[in-house]
Amino acid sequence: MSPQQDVQDWIRKTVADNDVVLFMKGNKAMPQCGFSAQVAHILGLLGVDYHDVNVLQDMSIREGVKAFSNWPTIPQLYVKGEFVGGCDIIREMAEGGELGQLFDAKGVAYDKSKKIA
Amino acid sequence: MAMDSGEIERLIRAKFPDALIEIRDLAGDGDHYAAHVVSSAFKGKTRVQQHQMVYEALGGRMGGALHALALTTAEA
Repeated sequence: MSPQQDVQDWIRKTVADNDVVLFMKGNKAMPQCGFSAQVAHILGLLGVDYHDVNVLQDMSIREGVKAFSNWPTIPQLYVKGEFVGGCDIIREMAEGGELGQLFDAKGVAYDKSKKIA
Repeated sequence: MAMDSGEIERLIRAKFPDALIEIRDLAGDGDHYAAHVVSSAFKGKTRVQQHQMVYEALGGRMGGALHALALTTAEA
């Protein structure tokens, strides 16, 4: 099996094994890019338990996740194995209340008292 | 590694001839843009698919020559 295939399999397994996964630059405690920080902030505000993957630690994952979702940028949010979007989409969904609706529909726990303005 | 806003609009226009395209240079540095694209081509597509169509129009520049493009899309 090629290394690229191994990376795709690893990504597939990671998003299958964790309900909410954020591929980001840096980690949730210390994001190293403003766009990653915005999405981590939104998930933090909503009190969502999520798994973070720091793509800066592995170039093959950084490039592999772009191929996995056909999406050119980081961050990337996955919920129950499904790619939901990058920073723009997550921000738009959070502002419209759509992100909470998605978590409701997918059975992901979050703090429903939180509103994002 | 900057891109001209006219070039961004031209690339998007080539793929979505009917689109309403607004591009703003957020920092005045030719490197941080916001784009809003409204097109009938987005009908029936998810938001992820709509953005993928715009990224496709940009021909691989997104995340490369084009560092930051805050994108919003809507159906016409």
